Amino acid sequence: MSGAMQEEQEMSSEPISRRRQRSQAAIRVTWLFAGLGKYASLVAFCVILMLPLVVILFASFKSAKEYLTTSPITPPQDWLNFSNFGTAFFDGDMLQGFGNTTIILVASIVATILIGTMTAYALDRFTFRFKRVIFALFLIATLVPGVTTQVATYQVVNGLHLINTYWAAIILFSGTDIVSVYIFIQFMQSIPKSLDEAAMLEGASRFMIYRRIILPLLQPAIATVIIIKGIAIYNEFYIPFLYLPSPDLQVISTSLFHFTGPFAASQQIIAAGIIIVIAPTLVIFLLLQRFIYNGITQGATK
Amino acid sequence: MPLVLLITFTYYPVGNMIWYSFTDWDGIDQTKNFVGLNNYIQLFTRPQYFQVFTVSLYYFAASFVQMAIALYFATLLSFRTRFKNFFKGIIFFPYLINGVAIGLIFLFFFRPGGTLDATLVALGLGKMGHFPLWLGNPGWVNISLAGASVWRYTGLNFVLFLGAIQSIPSEAYEAADIDGANSWQKFRYLIVPGIRRIISLSMILAIAGSLSVFELPYIITGGANGSGTFVTTTVQQAFVFQRVGFASAMAVMLTIVVLLITWIQRKLVPDDDVALS
Repeated sequence: MSGAMQEEQEMSSEPISRRRQRSQAAIRVTWLFAGLGKYASLVAFCVILMLPLVVILFASFKSAKEYLTTSPITPPQDWLNFSNFGTAFFDGDMLQGFGNTTIILVASIVATILIGTMTAYALDRFTFRFKRVIFALFLIATLVPGVTTQVATYQVVNGLHLINTYWAAIILFSGTDIVSVYIFIQFMQSIPKSLDEAAMLEGASRFMIYRRIILPLLQPAIATVIIIKGIAIYNEFYIPFLYLPSPDLQVISTSLFHFTGPFAASQQIIAAGIIIVIAPTLVIFLLLQRFIYNGITQGATK
Repeated sequence: MPLVLLITFTYYPVGNMIWYSFTDWDGIDQTKNFVGLNNYIQLFTRPQYFQVFTVSLYYFAASFVQMAIALYFATLLSFRTRFKNFFKGIIFFPYLINGVAIGLIFLFFFRPGGTLDATLVALGLGKMGHFPLWLGNPGWVNISLAGASVWRYTGLNFVLFLGAIQSIPSEAYEAADIDGANSWQKFRYLIVPGIRRIISLSMILAIAGSLSVFELPYIITGGANGSGTFVTTTVQQAFVFQRVGFASAMAVMLTIVVLLITWIQRKLVPDDDVALS
């Protein structure tokens, strides 16, 4: 939405700035320098940002001997040497990591959407006692810093005998996700209440209204939540590290974390592992750029 | 149902945590001995624990660098720019990368003879073997880690700032053009007031964030060489040294500080978005 506005603004302001540029040569010179400085700083910053990633890409294609004898910033001799990727993927059990991540990701997202939309529906459309209190409880919960409370949450999860089960991660990811509840509520406020009322006159039950009217209309908000949540869960390290220590339950983050032990002597294989972990993120980013920017902005400013 | 989950996994633990923080519990024992304020007194009097606050200052300073860089590039890209989406993508992408991957990437980057050393040599800024140990030297480790954190999070600030700048109505720019305002004047009188709210939000996130830094130091150095932050120390106390009581006291402290900062922010900058009633 803001992109469109931006373009519009650029189109309308263009003839004015052009006319001025043509008429005043002095200004054109300063513009040229400003333009040069602008692109130079952009390119320089992008090079700095890309440098740590590019050397990992270089390293992942190098043989063990080549890695030890060449400088990190030298490109590999053979860009088709995929043997490190094979070793990382199969010996590093990354397939299992991807499998477990997928199971937890899908289950948590489905649970988050169901719980989140229902909570939002109840909080936005009904009036009941203690509603404000419940709102306040949700609000304050967003502010409690996550990792530190694991000290006590661990005891609860342990008490429920959920350590080393998928459930530990799924429940923690979906149970207390307040940001999505907020995104749903905000979106729901834009759905006219008259729709509910009309359906109620036709004799629809509360659940039917939720199922047939609210849920389909919430689709854009659901897409946003899927994106934010999906990225967050794919990248989450500490919850699986703490609650799923068993080797069979490694997710992608923890399997990469464990690379540092067995592959400590062969850094080129760790590099290949890093590239394997980043690749899906890059593909998703390139495909869904616009949605990711919007989703992240909405999620962060709540 | 959601309320049950919220209470079971947020409020019940927080309640327990407050209780643990007054005991000497080790996480296993059946009995928990009440020790009063002992844990809190230790936290504030032993220099090795108090030092974690000094470490957060590095990250706090870094978050200003991060915001300045983000604001600069957000302003640049809000004007007409070639390859705009390409630049935007590169600046934002690090934020999306898996934290463990970032940790390992920076182990490559800072290792002796690693990327940083090799680049400095290539630029003629030093000789191999004469560089400090970026992660081993207590004088450098926090600067290096804070740098990695800037690398990771600048993209987020940048996209938030860019979004806020682009939501300034285009008529305002047109009016400024007609009045003959230059780029600096547009920045000073249009953009800065337009994004004041998002800047104040970022400040709060910076303070809270610099106290709760966890992933990068935990993965890169494990908190060694004086790089332990508040949260890595808490986690270490709880799950390595089994001092659940003491760790709880630390966690309670952090929660109080964060709540306090947020409360101050709400007072200073009234929030006008969702009306929740």
